[in-house]
Amino acid sequence: MSKAFSAIGEERDVERDEFTPGIEPQPTWCPGCGDFGVLKALKGAMAELGKDPEEVLLCTGIGCSGKLNSYFESYGFHTIHGRSLPVARAAKVANHDLEVVAAGGDGDGYGIGGNHFTHSARENHDMTYIVFNNEVFGLTKGQTSPTSPKGHKSKTQPHGNAKDPVRPLSMSLSAGASYIARTAAVNPNQAQEIIVEAIEHDGFSHIDFLTQCPTWNKDAKQYVPYVDVQESDDYDFDVTDRREASEMMYETEDKLYEGTVLTGRYYQDSERNSYQAEKQQRGDMPDEPLAERYFDEDYEWERSYDLIDRHK
Amino acid sequence: MTDDELIWRVAGGSGDGIDSTSQNFAKALMRSGLDVFTHRHYPSRIRGGHTYVEIRAKDGNVTSRGDGYNFLLALGDSFARNPSEHAVYGDEEVKPLSENLDDLREGGIIVYDEGLLDVEDVPNFEERVEENNWHVYPLDLRALAKEHGREVMRNTAGVGATAALVDMDLEHIEDLMSDAMGGEILEQNLEVLHDAYEQVNAMDQSHDLTVPTGEHDEEQVLVSGSHGIAYAAIDAGCRFIAGYPMTPWTDAYTIMTNLLPDMGGISEQVEDELAAAAMAVGASHAGAKAMSGSSGGGFSLMSEPLGLAEMTETPLVLLEAMRAGPSTGMPTKPEQADLEHILYTSQGDSHRVAFGPSDPKECYEQTRTAFEIAWEYQIPAIVVYDQKLSGEYRNVDASFFDREPNPSLGKTLTEAEIEEAAHDATGKFERYQHDVEDGVSPRTVPGQKGGRYLASGNEHWPTGHIAEDPDNRTAQVERRLEKLDAIHEDLEDRDQQVVYGDEDADFGLIAWGSQQGTVEEAVARLNDNGNSVKALGVSDLSPFPVEEVRAFVDSVDEAIVVEMSSTKQFRGLIQKEVGGVATKLSSLLKYNGNPFEPAEIVEAVEIEQNGGGEQPTAQTTLEPAAGD
Ligand SMILES: Cc1ncc(C[n+]2csc(CCOP(=O)(O)OP(=O)(O)O)c2C)c(N)n1
Ligand code: SF4
Ligand SMILES: [Mg+2]
Repeated sequence: MSKAFSAIGEERDVERDEFTPGIEPQPTWCPGCGDFGVLKALKGAMAELGKDPEEVLLCTGIGCSGKLNSYFESYGFHTIHGRSLPVARAAKVANHDLEVVAAGGDGDGYGIGGNHFTHSARENHDMTYIVFNNEVFGLTKGQTSPTSPKGHKSKTQPHGNAKDPVRPLSMSLSAGASYIARTAAVNPNQAQEIIVEAIEHDGFSHIDFLTQCPTWNKDAKQYVPYVDVQESDDYDFDVTDRREASEMMYETEDKLYEGTVLTGRYYQDSERNSYQAEKQQRGDMPDEPLAERYFDEDYEWERSYDLIDRHK
Repeated sequence: MTDDELIWRVAGGSGDGIDSTSQNFAKALMRSGLDVFTHRHYPSRIRGGHTYVEIRAKDGNVTSRGDGYNFLLALGDSFARNPSEHAVYGDEEVKPLSENLDDLREGGIIVYDEGLLDVEDVPNFEERVEENNWHVYPLDLRALAKEHGREVMRNTAGVGATAALVDMDLEHIEDLMSDAMGGEILEQNLEVLHDAYEQVNAMDQSHDLTVPTGEHDEEQVLVSGSHGIAYAAIDAGCRFIAGYPMTPWTDAYTIMTNLLPDMGGISEQVEDELAAAAMAVGASHAGAKAMSGSSGGGFSLMSEPLGLAEMTETPLVLLEAMRAGPSTGMPTKPEQADLEHILYTSQGDSHRVAFGPSDPKECYEQTRTAFEIAWEYQIPAIVVYDQKLSGEYRNVDASFFDREPNPSLGKTLTEAEIEEAAHDATGKFERYQHDVEDGVSPRTVPGQKGGRYLASGNEHWPTGHIAEDPDNRTAQVERRLEKLDAIHEDLEDRDQQVVYGDEDADFGLIAWGSQQGTVEEAVARLNDNGNSVKALGVSDLSPFPVEEVRAFVDSVDEAIVVEMSSTKQFRGLIQKEVGGVATKLSSLLKYNGNPFEPAEIVEAVEIEQNGGGEQPTAQTTLEPAAGD
């Protein structure tokens, strides 16, 4: 166990209530909002894994979804719109012992922050990324988002959305995420199980989390009934097979807009090295978390003077 | 000719090894006891295109490039010789010679590779040589190189020829070659060097330029502005850098990237500058000393993460290596027109610190200051410099770098200290307390027991939770601003502004950043010629050294603000910050992509002292004073 960060790696029983702030801030989420489901599942998962709230860093973007860490007791960083991932992954690089989770909306992650999503997945940091997919911009009052269906009408698309929605799962697969799942707020048990798996997975885990927005996205109803592709006899594919996973994802993405909600695990590659492992193998990252060094009074800091001979 | 200095220009194609050749030659001059100053000129392309490096060497302090130069070594341009490119590049082949003649001083020396360059192709070559009394020494450098080794060794032949012509001992050059290579390559290069030296010595020599002699009190090192910055970061305990390549910031980024892994540090090359700055924020939040940086366009992308760092009070150092803008502008040319960009970008009332160093030593000092202030006061600090300073090499006492490292995280608590610190009723750490000394509220780091809090770009309560309460808002805004007052005081003690010239002068010059050395030389020359002038070099850009600048302006009748910007950004900053001085300040501006030369500043001062109203002959502009 680390001297500087004693919350990290402590073996103890953790209650889910420890993730509930002592004085709960008044929720800004609407009644019936799917975001409550993410909060609940995340608390359950962290408790199940025995994580200390103070070894967890929860980084969020901006949106209704970005409020997640206002209601979740841990270290938190409520960043800016679309940028939770670079903040989160750098924290992981600086201290790889932290349990790092990033979260944000579909606009946040697949739109404005899409470039970071692609590259964070590609780098395969050992962290979890939860996208609250409500198919709409919630916080800014219901505008069309990257996952809104074609034809979606809103104040910014009065004639209906001319664009096909993005394919979050397929995007994630081609970008390089090594654990990909979709779950829904209305299915709390599956959601918690998936979050647990995602956190345990050693690599970049991406969860497309369907979160109903009863205020702005009434069409999407509640994402019920949903089907778990692992439990259903209608679907049979191997989550470790990239091709089969890809086909299943494609079908899932299409079906959502036809009214069938498919959820479950879509892809897992447990062989692939995490970014940390890759960097360490190349000598580009220390074994001890970098952040520790600043608390180590005995550390002998390197000096530029020791490099100066090359300039003589 | 009575030059007491050697200004040696080596010209050729980009990618022809001019950088390393000139580096070694500059070191040899430095080792011989001279002070050296390098200036590089290159186009924004990889191969081909006219490029040169100039080395000015003399006995005693050199703070600037000179006016013109006195020794040209014109190598061939290997790219222009590529037959398949011929159609496109036409007369490129003779450019190392033809393009460099305008600045060559009367009586100067020309050595050119006659195996590759044909003076017949240079318009009016013979006439110009005669007119300017140039001394020309054609040599088949390529053949010479090939005779002993390989064609690439023609640079070595050029150096040998130079040494022979200016009576320079080969000792230091040989030592440097032995440091850099070995075996057969070294043998061959030494043969090329000696053969060129002897061939030239056998020639009739008509010039009388010789290399000056000098002596240093102690051992010297040759470093660039980018080295100054990177070494300061290392000594400040910075072990994380994230970036995306962009000229000229890439210089410092590359130096750091090559050093960090061996020190257990981490360098990240990421998808864009937005990510780079956000990653530096994330790494700093998690407890590392972190930095990022870019040049103008990339820095634009950092605007929002910069504001996030301000609001969450995450310590951070950003570099901004300016180049001529707007937009892509002129990537390899310096300008100082990103001053307002770095001071004001990002929404809301900004609170950040910014320093504009003038030379490699100041790059080091002020980058150290930037790290100290950033971590002591939990605020982003920006070091703004430019293409000129980034790649400009000067000699510095080696002992200058013999410093204690300072990896301190400032008011960052240990777990033992957290136990004693302020928490709310539920045990949440109060990261952003209202009433704290100097406005600095101690921080914790994720993973620490008892330190959990929320960092938020939204306005927040002491625990970090989002708040729009007016009283809290006012308290937080005022506390964050209080930090700037404390920093201002702190900076006063550090005294990073420099005044030079004639103390009693009633005519002043004011400059910032990389132009200061040039101004310094101009002031020395003016005063040597019977003028009475002094100058102020400003480095603290935010918070601004109001009192010092006011005292300087008060002490003169008038002052010219010298800057590489067409919109007088620095003069505007002085007027805004100091107030009431507008009628005394005129401007000397340059924005053609080339830094000032000392003579241009001398000319401007002379015009102003003669009552003004005239425009300079150089590509500079004088703008008169105006009311406030
Ligand atoms: C740079 C920037 N652009 C725009 C906004 C305004 N904005 C805030 S949240 C948001 C969209 C939110 O949608 P989503 O990411 O899907 O999150 P949700 O509210 O649906 O959870 C927008 C456009 C902003 N805060 N920053
Ligand atoms: S607007 Fe929609 S997403 Fe936002 S809180 Fe309300 S229901 Fe939830
Ligand atoms: Mg949304």
